[in-house]
Amino acid sequence: MSSKKTPKKIKINKPKVMILSGYGLNCEEETKFAFERAGGIGEIVHINDLIAKPKMLGEFQILAFPGGFSYGDDTGSGKAYANKLKNHLGKEINEFLSRDTLAIGICNGFQIMTNLGILPGALTHNKNAQYIDRWVDLAIPSSPAKGRVGRGFSPWLVGIKKISLPIAHGEGRYLIDSKKYKEMLKKKEIAFTYTKGDICKFQNLEANPNGANYDIAGILGYNGRVLGMMPHPERAQFFHHSPLWQLKKKDPFDRFDKLTASKQRARKDEGEGLILFKNAINYFRK
Amino acid sequence: MISRLYVTQKGEDSRNRLFLKSWNTLGLKGKVSKVFLVDSYLFDSSFSQPELIKTAEALTNPILEKFSIDKLPDGLKFSYIIEIGFLPGVTDNIAHTAHETISDLLHLNEENKFEVYTSKVFLISGTVKLDDVKKIAGTLYNPLIERANIFSLKEIKSQNNLPLQIPKVVLLDKKPVICVSLSVPDSELTKIGKDGILGEDGICRGPLALDLESMKAIQAYFNKLGRDPRDIELEALAQTWSEHCKHTIFAGPIDDIKDGLYKTYIKGATNKIRAQKGNSDFCVSVFSDNSGGIIFDDDYLVTHKVETHNSPSALDPFGGAITGIVGVNRDTIGFGLGAKPVANLYGFCFGNPEDNRALYKDKNLTHKMLSPKRIMAGVIKGVNVGGNCSGIPTVSGFVKYDDRFRGKPLVFVGTVGIIPKKINGKLSHEKQAQLGDYIVVVGGRVGADGIHGATFSSVVMDSTSPATAVQIGDPITQKKLSDAIVKEARKMDLYNSLTDNGAGGISCSIAEMAKECGGAKVMLEKVPLKYPGLSPWQIWISESQERMTLAIPKKKWEVFKKLMESRGVEATIVGEFTDSGKCIVDFNGKEIMNISMDFLHDGLPQKHLKSSTLEILTNPPLNKSKAKGEINFTKTLEKMLADKNLSGFSFISNQYDYEVQAGSVLKPISGRGRINTDAQVFRPVLSSKKGVALSFALYPSYSELSPYDMAGCAIDTAIRNAICAGAKLSHLAILDNFCWCSSYEKERLAQLIKSLQACYDYSVGFGTPFISGKDSMFNDFKGYDAKGNPVAISIPPTLLISAIGVVPDIYKTVSPEFKNFGDIIYLLGETLDEFGGSEFSKIIGDIHLPLKGTPQEGNNSSVPKVNLEKNLKTYGIVEQAISNELISSAISVGSGGLAIALSKASVGGMLGCNLSLRGFASQSTETILFSESQGRIVVTVAKENVKKFEKLAKEIVCNKLGVVTKDGKFTITDAKNKKVVDTTVKKLSVAYHSFSNKMK
Repeated sequence: MSSKKTPKKIKINKPKVMILSGYGLNCEEETKFAFERAGGIGEIVHINDLIAKPKMLGEFQILAFPGGFSYGDDTGSGKAYANKLKNHLGKEINEFLSRDTLAIGICNGFQIMTNLGILPGALTHNKNAQYIDRWVDLAIPSSPAKGRVGRGFSPWLVGIKKISLPIAHGEGRYLIDSKKYKEMLKKKEIAFTYTKGDICKFQNLEANPNGANYDIAGILGYNGRVLGMMPHPERAQFFHHSPLWQLKKKDPFDRFDKLTASKQRARKDEGEGLILFKNAINYFRK
Repeated sequence: MISRLYVTQKGEDSRNRLFLKSWNTLGLKGKVSKVFLVDSYLFDSSFSQPELIKTAEALTNPILEKFSIDKLPDGLKFSYIIEIGFLPGVTDNIAHTAHETISDLLHLNEENKFEVYTSKVFLISGTVKLDDVKKIAGTLYNPLIERANIFSLKEIKSQNNLPLQIPKVVLLDKKPVICVSLSVPDSELTKIGKDGILGEDGICRGPLALDLESMKAIQAYFNKLGRDPRDIELEALAQTWSEHCKHTIFAGPIDDIKDGLYKTYIKGATNKIRAQKGNSDFCVSVFSDNSGGIIFDDDYLVTHKVETHNSPSALDPFGGAITGIVGVNRDTIGFGLGAKPVANLYGFCFGNPEDNRALYKDKNLTHKMLSPKRIMAGVIKGVNVGGNCSGIPTVSGFVKYDDRFRGKPLVFVGTVGIIPKKINGKLSHEKQAQLGDYIVVVGGRVGADGIHGATFSSVVMDSTSPATAVQIGDPITQKKLSDAIVKEARKMDLYNSLTDNGAGGISCSIAEMAKECGGAKVMLEKVPLKYPGLSPWQIWISESQERMTLAIPKKKWEVFKKLMESRGVEATIVGEFTDSGKCIVDFNGKEIMNISMDFLHDGLPQKHLKSSTLEILTNPPLNKSKAKGEINFTKTLEKMLADKNLSGFSFISNQYDYEVQAGSVLKPISGRGRINTDAQVFRPVLSSKKGVALSFALYPSYSELSPYDMAGCAIDTAIRNAICAGAKLSHLAILDNFCWCSSYEKERLAQLIKSLQACYDYSVGFGTPFISGKDSMFNDFKGYDAKGNPVAISIPPTLLISAIGVVPDIYKTVSPEFKNFGDIIYLLGETLDEFGGSEFSKIIGDIHLPLKGTPQEGNNSSVPKVNLEKNLKTYGIVEQAISNELISSAISVGSGGLAIALSKASVGGMLGCNLSLRGFASQSTETILFSESQGRIVVTVAKENVKKFEKLAKEIVCNKLGVVTKDGKFTITDAKNKKVVDTTVKKLSVAYHSFSNKMK
């Protein structure tokens, strides 16, 4: 499925983003907020409204499965919501993904995507069998050298070499067999891996929070147009989200009225996570 | 036909390892070598084999899991099986989801009835015998809500399947309504009030918690009507009049306080403050609604409510806590026209988790109390599931331990909400059910769960405590309901009023809303039920969760109904609001209840309570002669920091999602060293740069010594914590939660009055109005120890003060940890010799508060006193310094004193400090380090800001203590330049996190 050719591009200045909701998904509002800050037009659509009018998907360029606790994780995280999508919207989702579109699944949304079969692998209970809220550092294994956008490189990840984002999940341990993993690696379908970066060093945390195979935190499909990830970029869209912000807000050069990059960012109220949303919007603008 | 599906993990299941680990610490005779956890689904259906397989496939993730139908999974060895399932009628959320998945998958409608029941199946192998297995099973289930079946390999080998028995509710046919004769002697009246109505089966139905006076008032009312009351009428009165709902102790006259405690001291304070504030009054809706509401900015109100769920949590910690948190969410959704929950908070008071004493509710030692450890684990998990599943960040919380919480834990849960000031041109905090509006119930269905919850929490817990008072929450049903109301129906202007169904169920919610227009008529048979066979009185008072009641204009019903259907929310018309002045209930066309609104709401006879003069218990004064030569301050500090009442509790904070909704500014965990913060800040409206600050404080260890100062310190500390984070005193409100014990005892009432006087004095003094509150007055346990000796445990009188304030600019928020080496450390505020009830006096040895103390001679001067005038000045200076961005960190000095605050700031920043007590020559070292004097704040200031800061701080007591260092050493020298504390931030960090790490 991921070998499908990306169709021809169309230019859109304000792409439309559908953010699904209902049955316990709960990050739709802040995800919409992030897409709109990035320049898109966000619309929260209840799954039952989409089932009632499946054609609606045709008007959108980006589809987001936000985080949450669909069906309370009962019968397994993401499973029940994915079943509902499969029962009613399988064809429409396939059609949507065959167009020049983008899709993202965050946390529970990622779990839904793997249960749907849009992305390979599966997500299961963390190795400590507990829900964890903390920040992680992420590497982008397929990031081209010198930050240039290589061929087939995911539009979601343009310009990102490393990033720190929060996680909050009980079932985020990504499982994949070694054969499939090698295949994905070759096809540059590993989006994010947990690594030891600023946050882990700062708070003395282990890099991989949940025991995921090969430290995988996020993966790609459909030539990089579809991204599934456990960390929450929408919860890192403001500068004050980072556990480091209290330290970074102090600027030693303030006395000379020079603005460092972090100070500028603070002024603009932006956090690292917003880059992903901007990338998605920019994909349709260029 | 009944069939059973087993779903088994293919690979390693991380949960199994944890079970193995905990079981092998139980002191079993044998050893468990392996455990497999298998999910079981029992279907009572007419599914064909292909349908069953299709179902199984939908419930299995082929990468992670495999399934088998009517045979145990292959290849798993075991010697015993434990199956844990729910008792009939208990909410089974997984079954509920499976049911929905299957209906959708097989295109089944209402007529294709089938049932699903889930259970957890543990396959155990090792050298364990039946005794051991029973012991293990005992840790896995709560007999009040669950059942455990144990099977040996031999027993099921031939069938290779567990028995196909379903936990279906079967209720016997009963007379729907019985009349209760009240023409009986007083002794009989008393008995009915205490034990409840005698059922047809000869068993009392459970406490009405009505005393003789109340029963006589009811007797007189029905005498006048010339008839006997029906059971539903008595039950309804018992609910509405319960201490839990009416708060008689706070409402009625006491001593010479004619208007009662609440009106005089709480509401009285708020009224006075509001009048003083005049145009800058920020209160909008206080004490009248489900939550209290204040102004957030020009466009929004912010609401707050804190509840307790102590009694249910003592019986079933998980169920009690989850229904607590999900229930208080409904107090937000039920504010005005429906506020959106934006933050949860929790507060737990537990017995010592290492306490293994067995306690029983009955003399025959058959009803064993759960251990503090079990209660703690269940409560923590309940808030975890309730909060996380609802998509509401759990931003704030605390945990305290005391042996006196062994009989009843305290479980505080709170929710902050946000609501536009105006919705569709109407003020959002106003609502009124109109004559002719439909009474509509939305959300979950009604079962026998949660019956007598309100009356039960109004009495002492003993062996008669009703098991049906326990319920399990279903956060997803509520999430669907909440989203549909707050995010959609509200905007569409589809209802005139709404309220939460909490204590007393619809009997209370409908009766409350009926006040808005003057009456109600209910058709009780319309209420959707979980299973048939419930009696009308049960339907009327059941506290089944996740329900709200709305008043919907007739012409808007169709649109509303359609919206709810499309959101998977059940909505049903159960009656109509009237202006008859009566609350009338019909059942299948026959009137079964007819009580005037006046009597229902105001018929409760007022009690005139009397308190005694207060004999104050006293902590023996600190034995300084002994202390001086012997105390090793370094060791004492490290020991205190490792104490569970002062140390970190990230094992709780980190399993709660505190970042959902993307508003986190000052998190519950902060800094390099991950300390727990005393106040938190978040951004409820993402398009605004204003924030909300939350904080709390309580000092149960002061209350037996000086209840007045206990309350004063709680208010001062809650305010101080919020100020340190960046809140403004001029835009700060507080909430009270009184958890008392044996409240009809005169001494307890005397303590209550003292603490309320302090509430008035300090809230008025600080100008921080009370906006909402709740009380729980009977936190006592009466039972027996393992030898059958009677045991009585009462909690220490506990007052939780929660503060909520508005932060003008979130980017000026200050966190508590040290930031940069070279920053100068100051102590603001005055330190006095105040050790009464302090953590230091508990730690250094022979000074303990007795479980139930005996009055002693002596003075109570050593409990910290709050100096309003000085503290107001200090807080004003800190506010200004934060506003001018002069401060790098600020931490409030509270329990444990200055040394603890400094250690936490140091651990938080993982930076050392070099401190000197030169400025305190007139005081002893232990006083400076460990006294709990109020009104003090430790701040750090970057060198370039020192001048400006010192100028600002001129008017207040401000002592320069030293400097933040990068060498990681934590040293304090006394007034004579002698090193009294010499340790490192690493050691302090280990101590600070040790308890939490042990609890992980």
